[in-house]
Amino acid sequence: MRETKYWTWHMTAGVVILFLLGLHMLIMHVGGVSTSFAPYSGEATSKANSLFRDSKLFFTVTYIFLLGIALYHGLYGLRTILFELTLKPVVEKSITFVLTITGLGLFVLGTWAAIATHAIALSGARG
Amino acid sequence: MAEMKRHDNRLGLWGWLGGGRWGVERHAYILHRLTGLAILLYFLMHIVVTSLRASGKYMWIEGHVLHQPVFRFGEYLVFAAFAYHAFNGIRLVLVELGLAVGKPIEPIYPYKTSLNVQRPLLISMMVLAGIFLLLGSFEFLGVGK
Amino acid sequence: MTENTNNSRPITFHVTRYNPESDRKPYIKSYTVPVRAGMTVLDGLHYIKENLDPTLAWRFSCRMGVCGSCGMLLNGHPTLACNTQILHIADTDLTVGPLPNFEIIRDLVPDLMTMFEKHRSINPHIVRTDEKELNTPEGEFYQTPEQLEKFLQFTYCIKCGCCMGACPTLATDVHYLGPMPLAAAERYDNDSRDDGWRDRHQLTGSAHGAFRCHYAGECSRVCPKGVDPARAIQHLKRQLVLDYLHLARKKKPCAMLHGPGEGKLLANIPAAPAKTV
Ligand code: SF4
Ligand code: SF4
Ligand code: FES
Repeated sequence: MRETKYWTWHMTAGVVILFLLGLHMLIMHVGGVSTSFAPYSGEATSKANSLFRDSKLFFTVTYIFLLGIALYHGLYGLRTILFELTLKPVVEKSITFVLTITGLGLFVLGTWAAIATHAIALSGARG
Repeated sequence: MAEMKRHDNRLGLWGWLGGGRWGVERHAYILHRLTGLAILLYFLMHIVVTSLRASGKYMWIEGHVLHQPVFRFGEYLVFAAFAYHAFNGIRLVLVELGLAVGKPIEPIYPYKTSLNVQRPLLISMMVLAGIFLLLGSFEFLGVGK
Repeated sequence: MTENTNNSRPITFHVTRYNPESDRKPYIKSYTVPVRAGMTVLDGLHYIKENLDPTLAWRFSCRMGVCGSCGMLLNGHPTLACNTQILHIADTDLTVGPLPNFEIIRDLVPDLMTMFEKHRSINPHIVRTDEKELNTPEGEFYQTPEQLEKFLQFTYCIKCGCCMGACPTLATDVHYLGPMPLAAAERYDNDSRDDGWRDRHQLTGSAHGAFRCHYAGECSRVCPKGVDPARAIQHLKRQLVLDYLHLARKKKPCAMLHGPGEGKLLANIPAAPAKTV
């Protein structure tokens, strides 16, 4: 039943991503809504606006959350496709291992970056 | 009896594309895989690229490599993949949890299957994805300068 | 088969041939068959064997869509040869191949054993703990029409393997249980007399169980009996998820109706005829 567990969370993650990534796209790319998330003129993705969002704890936390579940959803999806190729058990085990390491590595990287920029943005805002 | 020689007739990777009757759900399945892989590839790079902002490198802004039209167009393709993957995904959640495939019925020829039951959902999701894509196109390619 | 030259039409059959003793791999051989309206592909194969090439091998039995022996790939679509009229699917040419995703024993004969083994593995029968009652029954198990409808559709399966030949997952994943066995699992899980669903869930919820299905829907599209395995599998997935989340409704196997005549009989039903054995 382990697969049932993995798959249930894969689906759940998909639904959560739907909302969070939708929000992410709106904020980054749609002019109308972005004024409150991107107070500076120019694009929502400009450095000033990025720093503004990074200074908000809400963004830092949601970034990390979205990062985690999106990594899980995506890498489990990749694993599903690979596992349907009738591989040897050793190969399957190594794939799971490599994907887990990749996922954790990128999660650590992204989390570190989110926290670091949060700190930078805060000190920048104060200084 | 000695083991007889057999010919393995498994279709292999080609079988993901071939075989069967090629209904619209088969296309949807293939496209869901392809867009999923494309989004994943982008996402993994996106994590690395955006993480570099912690060391002050904002590679996607005006005047940097990733601001060039090629990359913007690439991003647009990823957006299109997302539009499809998201809306088809809504259908898949409903279908795969057995909510949009209907109850078992008495099979009477010509057979109506669960495919017919979820087809309206599929069509409406594709229409929504199309609208979403169209709206996004203005932003990405036109006004979003 | 009498040849009616007046309104018969020549159709070229491109048939996959393979003899494990002499051929390294399958090849295509063409035969021209005079086809009259109403002739099935199975009739066409008989014509070839009787008149053109007695070495052609295929499997059939009932020639009326009941036994599930003659599943083949006709013009690229898995379906029953006895259930398909030639002129419905061919104008001049018709390709006839063995069901894919199985090993070929010879010519058009696939080895369906892999499917049957998977089928057997999911306990395709009613499982109950009250063994005494099963072995020496003292009454009937009572089931309402509503309870029957929950699984009736999935009982029409004739194990022809067409769905297995059409499924994209099975094209690459030998271990995937496949639409037929999974639909059978759902059929017994849903049977109100059954108490074996927990054991079945161990298998259907495993790495090569129901979650390898992605609703490409080919199985339901090709099934010659309207069984709709894709529907069964999606319902099965919901049960698996609910079971994992501990939200599954506690299902008890239905109680027995003890002794004939203890339930309420409707008026005006004539008495059963006397026992003959
Ligand atoms: S589900 Fe349909 S296609 Fe599959 S084995 Fe049964 S009758 Fe054949
Ligand atoms: S619906 Fe599932 S079991 Fe049926 S053909 Fe598609 S992937 Fe295979
Ligand atoms: S011969 Fe029995 S199903 Fe075709």
